[in-house]
Amino acid sequence: MRRTLVKKLIIHLVLLTLGAAMVLPFLWMVSTSLKGYHEVFRYPPRWIPDEPQWRNYLEVWKLAPFGRFYVNSTIVAVITTAGQVLTGVLAAYAFARMEFAGRDQIFMLFLATLMVPTQVTLIPTYIVMSRMGWIDSYKSLIVPFLATAFSVFLLRQFFLTIPKELEEASIMDGCSKLRFIFAVIMPLSKPAISSVALFGFLGSWNSYLWPLIVINSNQMRTLPIGLRYFVSQQGGGSEWHYLMAASLIVMLPVLIVFFLAQKQFIEGIAKSGIKG
Amino acid sequence: MQDAYTLEAKAKRRRARKKAVQRALVGYTFLTPASAIMIFFIFIPVAMAFYLSLFEWDLINPMRFVGLKNYARIFKSQDFFIAVRNTFYFVGVQLPLDFCISLGVALLLNQKIRGLSFYRTVFFTPVVTATVAVSAVWMWLYDPFDGLLNYLLSFVGLGPYRWLNDPKMAMLSVIIMSVWKGLGYNVVLFLAGLQNIDPSLYEAAAIDGATPRQQFWYITLPQLSPTMYFVLIMGVINSFKVFTQIDVMTPGGGPLKSTLVIVYLIYQQAFNSFRFGEASALSVLLSLFILLLTLLQRLFLEKRVHYN
Repeated sequence: MRRTLVKKLIIHLVLLTLGAAMVLPFLWMVSTSLKGYHEVFRYPPRWIPDEPQWRNYLEVWKLAPFGRFYVNSTIVAVITTAGQVLTGVLAAYAFARMEFAGRDQIFMLFLATLMVPTQVTLIPTYIVMSRMGWIDSYKSLIVPFLATAFSVFLLRQFFLTIPKELEEASIMDGCSKLRFIFAVIMPLSKPAISSVALFGFLGSWNSYLWPLIVINSNQMRTLPIGLRYFVSQQGGGSEWHYLMAASLIVMLPVLIVFFLAQKQFIEGIAKSGIKG
Repeated sequence: MQDAYTLEAKAKRRRARKKAVQRALVGYTFLTPASAIMIFFIFIPVAMAFYLSLFEWDLINPMRFVGLKNYARIFKSQDFFIAVRNTFYFVGVQLPLDFCISLGVALLLNQKIRGLSFYRTVFFTPVVTATVAVSAVWMWLYDPFDGLLNYLLSFVGLGPYRWLNDPKMAMLSVIIMSVWKGLGYNVVLFLAGLQNIDPSLYEAAAIDGATPRQQFWYITLPQLSPTMYFVLIMGVINSFKVFTQIDVMTPGGGPLKSTLVIVYLIYQQAFNSFRFGEASALSVLLSLFILLLTLLQRLFLEKRVHYN
């Protein structure tokens, strides 16, 4: 009895130490973001600011158009996510529930795209976008990501678990396929759809290399790219309180969504192994 | 009689064929939106990348066919070897560290302890946050003069280190941050794998008198091998593509190019030097390499993986 107690205590000690290492950077970010310029450099450093400088956040908002970045990121992420769900549901339904020639071959091709690293498509896609005049526009950030093999695959797996009899009953009622999908299949597939939506949103919101390449103007930048230029503007220099405030501004919405929907996040990953 | 029968069969077949065509039409219609995106933004670009890699092109002047010269130039350039070495350094250190620590944490979390979901949340939080934002936070932690890390290490008599500014330490600093950022993802995967192991296996082993250590080697590890395989494959693929934290924390490839990795080199060649042909050749090489690695892993590792 005592041995297990000691064992548990040691486990908690190890986990708490590692856990502290996970949390510390976030706490230090919050602490720094509320300090005044001189307080940032005070030695020894202190965790609690003398007087929280809330106006740092307002200053940051003035130093770079973070409001605009927010709008850009939101528009891009929302449309991308909706597109991924829609194209995913249609394709997944065809793969899971319809029988026609070439279906399985096409499905293999879809799966094959998972093996293609995004780096190889980067330059050709950039060239096509620049020829079409899509550089520096929402279109370039949205259209290439309106469908992913992951969402199709995940939804298909889920659709396969929905009993076939359901469809046979509805078809006899004269329900058209499309209406059937929207009225019956989609409400039944809420867990799978919310997983797809969550990871679609997260992927779009945090995406970096592609927007870095196709966006030139400050006005069109998404949050990560806006922050990237904010960091290099401050030149790795001395405005750490502003940098930390800006970092918090960028990560806050995702953190809030994560804390509200942890279960979906963690179960979604555990089930599908999707990289967020 | 016979004739009527064949006629009817023919009609039946025709009707069946018509139905099959109809079904196929509906099926293809449903597949069209997703397929169009895949074709235009994955299949065609992949073909284009191969094609472009045979040309010299800056997007402005006309394309010039150079055959395999781009590849020859790459293998002669010093930057390529620096980038390959750095990438291997990153993967070779980050991947094992990430793998071992996350496996360890998952094993501890699996000991029926209290606060499981609390710990899981703690480890998972960095995974969902934007890499740019946490990179900025770690730049501040790594600050050579006023950074928290040097301050904390001074208590145990270490440092001060120059971290990202030191050519010998820059990559290691990026690796530490990357392990911190990615750990929780594998913890969740490992934990799910561990929780999927049938408890009756342990019960049977305990009855047979197996020690906890034996149980670990003969039950836990083999049962967890599919998860380990998945974590490894995903880890290798993702680590070879590292870019964001490198770009944010060590702009320009780091001190003395010490953090210049392959994807960063591709980015530089294309969008700083406007050598789109050479950059395409590089990306083709990277993709082939990742593909080869995935296939090799499949060949050698999958046989050892224990599936139920």
